[in-house]
Amino acid sequence: MTSPANLPEERIGVYVCHCGSNIAGTVDVEDVAQWAAGRLKHRGVVIARDYKFMCSSLGQEMIEKDIKELGLTRVVVAACSPHLHENTFRTACKRAGLNPYLCELVSIREQVSWVHTDKVAATEKSKAVVSGGVERVLWHEPLEPLRVPIHPATLIVGGGIAGIQAALEIADGGSPVYIVEREPSIGGHMAQFDKTFPTLDCAACILTPRMVSVGTHPNITMLTWSEVTKVDGYVGNFTVTVCKKARYVNTDLCNGCAVCQDKCPKKIVDEVFEAGLGYRKAIYTPFAQAVPKFPVIDRENCTYFQKGTCRACEKFCPTGAIDFNQQDETITLQVGNIILATGYDLFDPRRIPHYGYGRLANVFTSLEFERLSNAAGPTNGKIVLRDGVTEPKSVGIIHCVGSRDRNYNNYCSVICCMQGLKFAHLVKERTGATVFNFYIDMRTAAKAYDEFYQRVLEEGTLFIRGRVAEVTDAARLHGEEGKLIIQVEDTLASKQRRIPVDMVILSAGLQPRRDAKAVAKLFGISCSADGWYIEKHPKLDPVATMTEGIFIAGCVQGPKDIPSTVVQGAAAAARVLGRIQQKEIALEPVRASINQDRCSGCRICNNLCPYSAILFHEDRMVSEVNPALCQGCGTCVAACPAGAISGTGFSNEQILAQLEGLLMLNLDGDGRMPVKVREAVAI
Amino acid sequence: MSENGAKPKFAMYWAAACGGCEIAVLNIHEKILDVDANFDVVFWPVAMDAKYKDVEAMPDESITLCLFNGAIRNSENEEMAHLLRRKSKILVAFGSCACEGCIPALANLTTPEAIFEAAYAGPTTDDGHDIRPQPEWAAPEGIMLHLPKFYRVVKTLDQVVPVDYTMPGCPPESHQIGAVVDLVIKALHGEADLPPAGAVIGAGGSTVCDECKRARNEKKINRFVRIQHVKPDPALCLLEQGILCSGPATRSGCTALCPAAGAPCVGCYGPAEGVLDYGARLMSAVASVIDSTQPEEIERILDGIPDPAGSFYRFNLGGSLLRAGKPAWSKQ
Ligand SMILES: Cc1cc2nc3c(=O)[nH]c(=O)nc-3n(C[C@H](O)[C@H](O)[C@H](O)COP(=O)(O)OP(=O)(O)OC[C@H]3O[C@@H](n4cnc5c(N)ncnc54)[C@H](O)[C@@H]3O)c2cc1C
Ligand code: SF4
Ligand code: SF4
Ligand code: SF4
Ligand code: SF4
Repeated sequence: MTSPANLPEERIGVYVCHCGSNIAGTVDVEDVAQWAAGRLKHRGVVIARDYKFMCSSLGQEMIEKDIKELGLTRVVVAACSPHLHENTFRTACKRAGLNPYLCELVSIREQVSWVHTDKVAATEKSKAVVSGGVERVLWHEPLEPLRVPIHPATLIVGGGIAGIQAALEIADGGSPVYIVEREPSIGGHMAQFDKTFPTLDCAACILTPRMVSVGTHPNITMLTWSEVTKVDGYVGNFTVTVCKKARYVNTDLCNGCAVCQDKCPKKIVDEVFEAGLGYRKAIYTPFAQAVPKFPVIDRENCTYFQKGTCRACEKFCPTGAIDFNQQDETITLQVGNIILATGYDLFDPRRIPHYGYGRLANVFTSLEFERLSNAAGPTNGKIVLRDGVTEPKSVGIIHCVGSRDRNYNNYCSVICCMQGLKFAHLVKERTGATVFNFYIDMRTAAKAYDEFYQRVLEEGTLFIRGRVAEVTDAARLHGEEGKLIIQVEDTLASKQRRIPVDMVILSAGLQPRRDAKAVAKLFGISCSADGWYIEKHPKLDPVATMTEGIFIAGCVQGPKDIPSTVVQGAAAAARVLGRIQQKEIALEPVRASINQDRCSGCRICNNLCPYSAILFHEDRMVSEVNPALCQGCGTCVAACPAGAISGTGFSNEQILAQLEGLLMLNLDGDGRMPVKVREAVAI
Repeated sequence: MSENGAKPKFAMYWAAACGGCEIAVLNIHEKILDVDANFDVVFWPVAMDAKYKDVEAMPDESITLCLFNGAIRNSENEEMAHLLRRKSKILVAFGSCACEGCIPALANLTTPEAIFEAAYAGPTTDDGHDIRPQPEWAAPEGIMLHLPKFYRVVKTLDQVVPVDYTMPGCPPESHQIGAVVDLVIKALHGEADLPPAGAVIGAGGSTVCDECKRARNEKKINRFVRIQHVKPDPALCLLEQGILCSGPATRSGCTALCPAAGAPCVGCYGPAEGVLDYGARLMSAVASVIDSTQPEEIERILDGIPDPAGSFYRFNLGGSLLRAGKPAWSKQ
């Protein structure tokens, strides 16, 4: 049994929590406290108490009082997991004048009471856990948080409604914002919609004023047709490299008259904004109210760039704004915080061949239908079949396409029920057609959503509960000729049904962006197996990530509707503004550091760090950890074969002492330790 | 010099070892004369005749410096360890066997029964009478003969007696031995301080890569190859070429002899400062640079290491946290 030199002077307090009956139901907490007071006395334990709710203010005050009155130098709390209350107890110690890092929280809830049923065994295990905590805390060192200044500027990646909201909040708060958007205009998916559920207000009417505000705000610098290529630095001090693609339009001269777009002879199917349903030119703005108003030339499709002649746009441009010699620009930005708001992609329903999308002309995706019903869309809002003229007499709307389905995505895409109801309403209103909605469960759980469902029910839409098996054009029965037949098991009527319709709309699910994983890697954050970005805490910290200084907002975090997206945009902005106001941030001092004399420069650790915190000095042939980037995950500590890396708070001494404590090697002449272990240790 | 003008006394002993350490000491060339000039060699079975009873007769702590090489394989080794500890002021665990068990301790992966089976049965050694060593044997002459007891688990020197210094290497490099001899002589003349008790002497503070001249990059391994099957790039880190080099985990001090000669480091200088389990360290280091996330692919890459226990714990099993495999612990 090893003991630190300071052992004789240490005075340790042990606090065992009942957590109501969460712990006390399975562990004899009083026995644990008494045991610690008696058997660990020679290890410096001067007081051990149990209490109903250690985390309550009374519990915390009890610890504070003991620190002051009994002169405690170290504290062990046996309660829940450090994830939950480590900070609570550290702060309590700090209030009483004890360095917060001299407090150790050991878990007897998650690791004992919740996973065992045998009360005797659970009590014995709790003693071992407490004993480990006592040995460990003896090796703790007082630590000071790391303070880094916060650069006042913020980078927002993605100019959908989430990014727009966050940008305006921060800019209105008086701090500079850069917003980087990959497309020629900001707006995101919302700009494609006609009406928005549940209130049916016109998407453009509520979105475009905000887009204009972004475009004109003195604190916002918009970088559209641009992408982030590199991120260096750490919270408070990020250096971000942005590639601003050549527009071939001089934005100082262009007045947005769109003459070029009229004159350009090259017409291309617009797969992005029009969802493949309409056309754009080689020089284009995605839509009339685009912000900024300046068009871009799409090199790949421009006749001049491909064949060397044309330049019609240049000829007709009244201000001489076309500039074929423009080059891509690399811009470097200094920012203190970053918000990722890159949104989602639509599930590609071609992956479900039996729904016929791409094969049967009159099967539409939800985004196609949005464009079809949009007054500014390719049909000026007329809901017609693929031929462009025929109004449908009957329409089937299929919910949960690619969602809640083990073969594709297990999760619920949240918005598609409401969006299916919105479509049912629009079809009814504009065409009077018969509408069938095929759903598994109707999920309308938000303010005014269920009322909207009632309204659509009253309007006469027919609801069939069951997952659609197939959409086919193979007529079998009378009346099916020339129609699309939806084959479904109606689970309420308990029978198979075939329903012939003219048009089918697939409520496709939401998916992470195709490049979500690459973007996550670029910014050093993690995504779930599905690809949604992971928040720091699903309930209590939904817009922060595990990487300090990087926040997420909107659908990038998971499927959600516009109201929730806006809430997250605002929340992320509030977090950032709070940081900016503090001017500096205190970082957890639990970090790795490399002993420069011991490091051999083997480079094993060099690309292991998930936060890219390790750099290699070619000149001195040693590696070094950037303490502001390191999150103390311990990966490199375990990997360094030279033992040159140590993690504060997780030193070899601390871990081994905790093990020895767990094995109760600290109890002299006790005989409690399993004989086998004793032998192994003694040999 | 001691008070009565007599020279300080020197001893060297050979327990379970191959003899290489003794050769390495002789290999310090003319410096061996300094040893003779400064020390009175009182016990060194390889170099001079002496009996155990002579050592027993010496006063306690009368030997100033004792280099003990070899692991503790049997009761005789252990008895001598205790005896020399008692008689010596400075006891040095000298060489990999004494420090960490070295090759003899690889026997800890198996049982004494299996070891005897391999040694005394089979085509080359079987004498046809199925004879095995017996700890006690009544000779026809009427006397009882005793053989040292063969232990189930090979131990390191510091697992049986307290040790003042450890000096790693299989064997320790002659220039390091020379330097240590110089230092001890200087200390005896009051011209230098001895290192703090418990220190590792005759070695560096980093690992072999620190002394290796090969160029290196961020590591990513997608296959392991054996040195005899490839022609390695003479200038590039061997590990990056898929050759399992133990350099990253092995204490520096040898001047990276093996990688300089084109062979991978095998780890004879033992763990770096503060590392408790050499093999575990090396394994986790190697595992962390395997360039795949697919379990099958990782299996395939790791299958390129034919003898993992022998590769990662070649010199260190006796001194590791495991010390021995399950069969050795089992008392049949
Ligand atoms: C068919 C359909 C109908 C819907 N109808 C409604 C409705 O009526 N009411 C409602 O509340 N919700 C509705 N929704 C949900 C709504 O679309 C989302 O809640 C909302 O658009 C999410 O906004 P966002 O900013 O998170 O993402 P997005 O709108 O996807 O915006 C992300 C932005 O980031 C940009 N971007 C992506 N990657 C990068 C990158 N690497 N670098 C730079 N920029 C990048 C994109 O170009 C885009 O501009 C509907 C969804 C669908 C599919
Ligand atoms: S030069 Fe290109 S962008 Fe301009 S009009 Fe011709 S095709 Fe269109
Ligand atoms: S793994 Fe350890 S020894 Fe190797 S470069 Fe990194 S810190 Fe240095
Ligand atoms: S502990 Fe090491 S691997 Fe983990 S974040 Fe810090 S430097 Fe990176
Ligand atoms: S060859 Fe071996 S010793 Fe040299 S740098 Fe590579 S791993 Fe290290």
